Amino acid sequence: MSSYDTIIIGAGMSGLAAGIRLAYYDQRVCILERHTTIGGLNSFYRLGGRNFDVGLHAVTNFTPKGTRKGPLARLLRQLRFNWDDFSLSPQIGSTIAFPGVSLRFNNHFEFLRSEVERSFPAEKDNFQKLADTVVDYDDLNENVASRSARSIVGQIIKDPLLVDMLFCPLMYYGSARENDMDFAQFSIMFRSIFMEGFARPWAGVRLILKNLVRRFKQLGGELRLRAGVRRMEVEGGRVTRVVLDDGTQLAGDRVLSSAGWVETMRLCDGVHEVKSSAAGQLSFVESVSLLDAEPRELGCDQTIVFFNDSDKFHWQKPDELVDVRSGVICCPNNFDYAQPLDEGVVRITALANFDRWKNLPEADYQAAKAIWYKRMVESAVQFVADFRPRVVASDTFTPMTIKRFTGHENGAVYGTPEKRWAGTTHLKNLFICGTDQGFVGIIGSMFSGIAMANRHLLGMPEKTDPASASAAKRQTDH
Amino acid sequence: MTPAEIKEVILDILEDIAPDEDLSGLKEDVPLREQLELDSMDFLDIVMELRKRYRVQIPEDDYVELSTMQSTVKYLAPLMKDLQKA
Repeated sequence: MSSYDTIIIGAGMSGLAAGIRLAYYDQRVCILERHTTIGGLNSFYRLGGRNFDVGLHAVTNFTPKGTRKGPLARLLRQLRFNWDDFSLSPQIGSTIAFPGVSLRFNNHFEFLRSEVERSFPAEKDNFQKLADTVVDYDDLNENVASRSARSIVGQIIKDPLLVDMLFCPLMYYGSARENDMDFAQFSIMFRSIFMEGFARPWAGVRLILKNLVRRFKQLGGELRLRAGVRRMEVEGGRVTRVVLDDGTQLAGDRVLSSAGWVETMRLCDGVHEVKSSAAGQLSFVESVSLLDAEPRELGCDQTIVFFNDSDKFHWQKPDELVDVRSGVICCPNNFDYAQPLDEGVVRITALANFDRWKNLPEADYQAAKAIWYKRMVESAVQFVADFRPRVVASDTFTPMTIKRFTGHENGAVYGTPEKRWAGTTHLKNLFICGTDQGFVGIIGSMFSGIAMANRHLLGMPEKTDPASASAAKRQTDH
Repeated sequence: MTPAEIKEVILDILEDIAPDEDLSGLKEDVPLREQLELDSMDFLDIVMELRKRYRVQIPEDDYVELSTMQSTVKYLAPLMKDLQKA
């Protein structure tokens, strides 16, 4: 039986980053991935000779080369990458578009500030106050950090429309909780999106994944694809063996799982009941349209448009298959690259109901994909130029696709609303990282793996690498 | 190892941890935290690399000694004087 210092479940951003950290310090590490490819939630596939990206539209937390502060800089040091290794090109400009009013923003916070002042002159000082609060969130005590962001922001910003507009991008890019976020999460997301910003490698997220895997292997790490975990044997409060789908048994001193909280618990022998309600409920449908023109030439000149066409913004599991009242439109072409992408691409994301999709008979499933693709695009072109005549190919993925690629119950993109910041479990040598530990986004996911590896798996002293969950939260800082 | 060699060791480690940094202008007596924005996670990497490369154990209470290049070299000199630079 092969044995390892650490076994990591899942070759997504967090598992790979954790693996690199451990391999730097000479651990024997094995990453187990159920799929034939890496990436988990952030992945890619080929269809009809074309590359399709799935997962996040952009890297958030972007800071320019030479920046020493902030999550990206800290992550690069921890993984020992050069800034250039990720080949990040900044966004051109994005918009939050609601009925009758829109706010544009880019990677310079001043611009958003001026937009707020233009559209909501009465909120100028309040917005500044919110920004100040968000910047200082490290100093928030736990009571404030876990409080409802809706309630805190609602006390600072008076106009409910502006509140909704500010929440819309943050929720779409990382809220596992319906209709609200906790204030710590809000602050992290606010900074990562509005104060730092968006970027993307020309070659897509796959470039970052490939870099991670290459580094992991160079350091002697072992990656096993098609190696799903069936169960974990438990003895004396510890995981003793990891059993794969094909019956292979592996021994590990410690296990770090990025499979999700509920999903990981289900793998443990002796855990008989896991509340399904603990899993998240929010899932997405995403459509990808390939165009025979640059989106900019058609008038789609924004990097990302977060839209909502109703009086109020609803962040909840829809009753129907898809809620097309709001969504996110991303043109991966509209980043500041040295050369254009090969094709025009428009991706649209909207909230979806996992159960409704799951219960569709196969024949209806395909038809529903086609119908909802059409409806999503129809809704989107209220806010961007009509690109439909130039579509040459399209694909749609559903909560079922997300479930298949991530293993997350309910196809819950951002996992459970109850995050486990400490990363510990009821078993002494089992830890969790990734979405359900608490960090989202590409940089956030990697940071989660790094933080959990440092804290639980490297034998780092407790005092300097602060032991309390709140300190971990601060330190990882998305 | 001489103090000059110990300094080289530290610079090697810093170069690995922060590959984008130009360390040629590093000031001897200004805290590394300030100059490079290193945080506690980075300091732990320095400690762990010293342990990995030279089996030098630094007790946690002594981490404060690693504040500047000068103080680091001074602190490490007696611990590393009998070691050979790799």
